[in-house]
Amino acid sequence: MKLTLRIWRQPGPDAKGKMQKYVMDDVEPDMSFLEMLDVLNEKLVLDDEDPVSFDHDCREGICGSCAMVINGTAHGPQKNTTTCQLHMRHFDDGDTIDIEPWRARAFPVVKDLVTDRSAFDEIIKAGGYISVNTGSAPEAHAIPVDKVSADDAFDAATCIGCGACVAACPNGSSMLFTAAKVTHLGLLPQGQPERATRAINMLAKQDELDFGGCTNVGACHEVCPKGIPLASIAQLNHDVLGATLTGARSD
Amino acid sequence: MVITPQRNIVSRTWGTSVGKKSVMAVTGGIFLLYVVAHMIGNLKIFFGIQTFDAYSQHLREIGEAIVGYEGVLWIIRVVLLASLVLHMWAAFSLWARARKARPIGYQHRQSWQGSYAARTMRWGGVIIALFVVWHILDLTTGTVNPRGGDESAYLKLVASFDRWYVALFYVLAVVALGFHIRHGLWSAIQTFGQNSALKQNALKTFAFVVAAVITVGFAIVPLSVMTGLVR
Repeated sequence: MKLTLRIWRQPGPDAKGKMQKYVMDDVEPDMSFLEMLDVLNEKLVLDDEDPVSFDHDCREGICGSCAMVINGTAHGPQKNTTTCQLHMRHFDDGDTIDIEPWRARAFPVVKDLVTDRSAFDEIIKAGGYISVNTGSAPEAHAIPVDKVSADDAFDAATCIGCGACVAACPNGSSMLFTAAKVTHLGLLPQGQPERATRAINMLAKQDELDFGGCTNVGACHEVCPKGIPLASIAQLNHDVLGATLTGARSD
Repeated sequence: MVITPQRNIVSRTWGTSVGKKSVMAVTGGIFLLYVVAHMIGNLKIFFGIQTFDAYSQHLREIGEAIVGYEGVLWIIRVVLLASLVLHMWAAFSLWARARKARPIGYQHRQSWQGSYAARTMRWGGVIIALFVVWHILDLTTGTVNPRGGDESAYLKLVASFDRWYVALFYVLAVVALGFHIRHGLWSAIQTFGQNSALKQNALKTFAFVVAAVITVGFAIVPLSVMTGLVR
């Protein structure tokens, strides 16, 4: 396959960036998207040029590292798929492919396609945990969990924190991410003690970090590689408004 | 023990993006109830000038013994105006937040994922607000109405919609209103936390049906004047 790539090149956090064109002549349809970029980088290194920086780790769709917007869609055209699991057979010979980093104030570009997503860690620190006693793990079946809650919590827990929801959101909101964490922990008995404060604290942190507000557009769910349901945002709203009405506080 | 002062419920609500959304949902609900009542009133146009004008007069006389002539009407107007201020204040605040959240946009045009109606909420809302200003000047105060202020409501309405461009503007505005309700109603339910993966399609269909009924219920009046059904 012959492809024309237009990739966002930005030497550093404060440097000016631009789209740079690269022509690839020998792309195999069975390559993954990242393997295709590896081939490009090998060529760039041989030509004494700066290779394209991008984040990657597991390359099996569970680490949430590979963040890029491909032709205007986070993680590219295939639904429920991370960039590393996207294969070149989903593109046609002669295609031009635009590759850009996540765009959000809270996710500043470090270099090329690499963004600093530690804002998500800040949101997790604000409430994405449960309190357990140290020592040996308790018997797993000691606390009964109903099937529906267990399933819904598990669906939410599949969030890999890649940030595609923020990248796709017209408001630059991290609502689906925060909602996934609040749903995952809030539906389980172990998450109940902090349930009210978790919701308001994580939302407050998200607002503070300059993520946008949710308008229920649904673009986040469309691009989410794990298909986190939009309804998990309703769960977050439910917990936030409940905590707001009752005046829950953590101090 | 350190006691930190607790923020009151107003600042707790207004201080978060979800809180502002809940204010928009409540005020939007007030608008929706008003719009449904307004639509039912409008449809009396098909029962003739006497019924329509009597209804218009009746609106001014409801509860006259308690709140005076036009009292109920003014209470409704004040509630609507207060709702409008809160609705728009929250909307503009969230709009500003969204603009701030993405200082640098994408080079490749974003494909339209998610709902079309959702993406037209902001400009759609602005169009509806401008329409309401015109609408009040036309049919409430009569300032821009060919028959002025003191005529019968029926004659004012027919005179206004006899201008095809006014009728067309009205139809376009209620289509914008329909889009606004289609997303707004569903979004309000989601904001109140009442959505679930199982209910989502049903809720979206419900919002679509409500929006479609309201759009048709309003648009049928100018269309009937345009086609000569009502004169």
